[in-house]
Amino acid sequence: MSEPYRIQGETGAWEVVIGLEVHAQVISKSKLFSGSATTFGAGANTQVSLVDAAMPGMLPVINRECVDQAVRTGLALEAKINPVSVFDRKNYFYADLPQGYQISQYEQPIVGEGVVHLDLPDSETKEVGIERLHLEQDAGKSLHDQHPSKSYIDLNRSGVALMEIVSKPDLRSPEDTAAYIKKLRSILRYIGTCDGNMQEGSMRCDVNVSVRKPGDEYGTRCEIKNVNSIRFVQQAIEYEARRQVEVLEEGGSIKQETRLFDANRGETRSMRSKEDAHDYRYFPDPDLLPLKLDPARVEALKAALPELPDVKKARFIAEYGLSVYDASSLIEERAIADWYEALVKGGNGKRDPKIAANWTISELFGALNKAGFDLADSPVSADALGGLIDLIGDGTISGRIAKDVFAEMFETGKDAAAIVEEKGLRQVSDTGAIEAIVDAVLAENQDKVAEFRSGKDKLFGFFVGQTMKRSGGKANPGMVNELLKAKLTG
Amino acid sequence: MFVWNGLYPMSLDKATVASIATLARLRVPEDRLEPMVADLNAILGFVEQLNQVDTDGVEPLASVTGHSLPQREDAVTDGGYPDRVTANAPDGGNGFYAVPKVVE
Amino acid sequence: MAGILDLDLVAARDALRAREISSTELTSAYLSRIEATADLNAYITVTADKAQAMAKASDERLAKGEGGGLEGLPIAVKDLFCTEGVLTTAASHILDGFKPTYESTVTGNLWSAGAVMLGKTNLDEFAMGSSSATSYYGPPVNPWRGAQDSETRLVPGGSSGGSAAAVSGWAALAATGTDTGGSIRQPASLTGIVGMKPSYGRCSRWGIVAFASSLDQAGPMTRTVHDAAVMLSAMAGHDPKDSTSAAEPLPDLEATLDSGVKGLRIGVPAEYRVDGMPTEISEIWAKGIAWLKDAGAEIIDISLPHTQYALATYYIIAPAEASSNLARYDGVRYGLRVDGGSLDEMYANTRGEGFGAEVQRRVLIGTYVLSAGYYDAYYRKAQRVRTLIRRDFDEAFGKVDAILTPTAPSDAFAIGANEDDPVKMYLNDVFTVPASLAGLPGLSVPAGLSARGLPLGLQVLGRMFDEPMVLRVGRAIEKAATFTSRPAMLEGI
Ligand SMILES: [Mg+2]
Ligand SMILES: [Zn+2]
Repeated sequence: MSEPYRIQGETGAWEVVIGLEVHAQVISKSKLFSGSATTFGAGANTQVSLVDAAMPGMLPVINRECVDQAVRTGLALEAKINPVSVFDRKNYFYADLPQGYQISQYEQPIVGEGVVHLDLPDSETKEVGIERLHLEQDAGKSLHDQHPSKSYIDLNRSGVALMEIVSKPDLRSPEDTAAYIKKLRSILRYIGTCDGNMQEGSMRCDVNVSVRKPGDEYGTRCEIKNVNSIRFVQQAIEYEARRQVEVLEEGGSIKQETRLFDANRGETRSMRSKEDAHDYRYFPDPDLLPLKLDPARVEALKAALPELPDVKKARFIAEYGLSVYDASSLIEERAIADWYEALVKGGNGKRDPKIAANWTISELFGALNKAGFDLADSPVSADALGGLIDLIGDGTISGRIAKDVFAEMFETGKDAAAIVEEKGLRQVSDTGAIEAIVDAVLAENQDKVAEFRSGKDKLFGFFVGQTMKRSGGKANPGMVNELLKAKLTG
Repeated sequence: MFVWNGLYPMSLDKATVASIATLARLRVPEDRLEPMVADLNAILGFVEQLNQVDTDGVEPLASVTGHSLPQREDAVTDGGYPDRVTANAPDGGNGFYAVPKVVE
Repeated sequence: MAGILDLDLVAARDALRAREISSTELTSAYLSRIEATADLNAYITVTADKAQAMAKASDERLAKGEGGGLEGLPIAVKDLFCTEGVLTTAASHILDGFKPTYESTVTGNLWSAGAVMLGKTNLDEFAMGSSSATSYYGPPVNPWRGAQDSETRLVPGGSSGGSAAAVSGWAALAATGTDTGGSIRQPASLTGIVGMKPSYGRCSRWGIVAFASSLDQAGPMTRTVHDAAVMLSAMAGHDPKDSTSAAEPLPDLEATLDSGVKGLRIGVPAEYRVDGMPTEISEIWAKGIAWLKDAGAEIIDISLPHTQYALATYYIIAPAEASSNLARYDGVRYGLRVDGGSLDEMYANTRGEGFGAEVQRRVLIGTYVLSAGYYDAYYRKAQRVRTLIRRDFDEAFGKVDAILTPTAPSDAFAIGANEDDPVKMYLNDVFTVPASLAGLPGLSVPAGLSARGLPLGLQVLGRMFDEPMVLRVGRAIEKAATFTSRPAMLEGI
């Protein structure tokens, strides 16, 4: 067990209690209650229907796929799927909320309690409870910098389906929270219900933070709204927890309020403007009827779910003998896991899964990271990397040469075998040829040979290095070793 | 049949009505507030009779038809007409709606 | 011209089909009549050019032997239905200048059936009222006058008062109305016409300015029960754009209209005998009972024990829904904007100036009953009572085929009466509200005249989606009542 995360105050150590409300944009072609498009970045108000603009007399009709997506997500979170759920109106006035209410779910959400399993460093695991998941409409967007005295409203996002995924207050550190968001994002992306793109706002986090002395009751929490990166979430928690500790240690009390994270200053501040007269007057939307889910539909969605990250990881460990660390990094994204499996299963299935994992994680990820590429843009396909690994396996090239070949492959997109041929990198395994080089090296270094023979064992490496150098790196290292051993000690 | 006796309990005061008006984003001028308080209390007095009804174990009515929510297929069938949705806007420009500047 | 205006909807339909008259001729007669009755203030907008163009197109179709169920028939539309390119106001200042870029499903259905649009009729602001006097465009006037007092201008009822005045004053062959707590049936009763609120879900609400979504229903306002059947057939139908629209197929409403009531069981609810009910109301009710009995129906005393709580229930639920439905009128996307220093000020100024007193009252009551700490005591409680009211009806309809009651507790009252007392005004809906809460179909049929010589209606209620039964019983009453009285203003035209 690693040390629990604590804020050290004047009066001792404080524990941070964190719960998350994640707004995840549902992947669907059209909006939750209207037939307009959901694509990102379209011209102002071009993806707005009469319903989205809340014209008089317009009515919502729910998108079946959005319901399915919520159910899929609920199933992936091992959650209870509610056979009857109800859409409510959350009433408040805001410029980007054309109806004057948001259609959401309040008392009867579509998904109930579930769980997310976190994998923490040092192979620790932790369970984070899911309180609920509900479907709701996104709001539009206000642009404040287009005019000196006016804000402009674009309703393209208005009505896009969101899943609000509410965790229990089970998180205890910024790191846990980061791991939770990553895991949640990984699950959502696996099942294709949210693209998890925090920059474009398809995943937004409201972070509830409170502090307490370990073992005490929960303290009063503050909600930090709309934090849009994992790093910012961590910073916001650190800042907010410290702020609360300071307030409490100075004898003050925490006021339950909504706060904003200012990324430039790295601090949270009160959003007083949003505080006054907060009374959402929730009531069931009379334009909609209760949503009933047929158990057969839920079963069918369950049956069609892909293998989820936790299951896949366990399988990778069992089937391929991978370490927990390697398995975890390979399964985080479904595309990578699929890529890895294609690599292992290619080439007559004789590839060593561990070597394949090493190549994927250190060489491929490293190169992709450096180039700023996604896996999808990788110049080296699973097939091509497989070809390279096979060349090492059959002794055509050495592991060291292979790294150079890989760099070349990444650069040019060429096939490993072609590069090896072209550059004459084929490993020398001809005994006679290697022996000639060894003899030459020993002849040139008589003094060192004598020193070695008089007991300076360490010089063995020197002879290996000289031999490899003289062979241009192509000599089979095993044979070099053997021959040197025989000639020096024989 | 309930016969209204003309007596209203004064359950809402001016301050409460003013705060409801704020919540409803409704400017009620000071001189209109007093009569509004009286009207609202008359209505609340009238509806108070519901307290006489025993509703223990009775579910709130969810729908008169008993139908379940119809669901449409996921397809882009609407939108793409910024002119139509902004045609009636009292203020706007460049395809946007304009409002007094919102400061956060 | 009197001859042509004399035709009811069905008669005019038949005459058009027989090419005895043309739609252009008929439409012109109505447009002239609208001008002649401008004092009724029945219309907010008259669409004369559109009417003439539509009539011409109808005549072309009729000439080819084509056309829909309402081909060439000039009708009026309550100004709560959004009509493409035509000013739509809900009789509110807040919708100033609003011209929808879309057509409501119901009016779209009517135009598809060939109907000709005369214009948009006056109503209570956002359909909130029982007199139509809350209209920003001034009150419409009932064509009827008291026998002893021809000076006093009377209300046509509400909220569909403009439609009622237009139909009873022959300024439209028929009209659409909407009914939330009685807004079709009560004005029909007060103006001596037929008005029908179908089952909730029969007519699409898409494109109708919402008042209270769980109650609002469109329906026909016509001269005869047969006309109502014909018009409703065109208006109704499943609409996938309205999630509460019923997928139930609409039966042929004309087919069983004249089947009579022989052997039918008609319920008479004890709880509708209100203390202090005017004798002429109980008398007309007794007459109705007698007519049905004479026609072979079996009269059965029934009990609807929660009737007395219906109005209070309604006056929680309707304002609650309205307070939310009217939140979209904020001066941003359409209608009136009254500027302010901030966004919130702009909202408050716009809504403060744009909404009239009754709308403001209801928005405030609705906001209050939904607010934190009061929701359970008011809104949820009311929805529970609503369940009980519906159960009462379900039980009663186990024993009877239809229910007969008076439509309204009084005849038409003077414009300006009851205005200082919202609750007294609400009592107008005492007989119509229970069926609204239960979602059931209801029909008002003119049955006779009050002592003041003003029309009184009887209400027929039926099972959910049993419009044919309601119309059939209504037709039997119509036959027996032989209500041929007309407002004095119609004499000599
Ligand atoms: Mg939240
Ligand atoms: Zn939310």
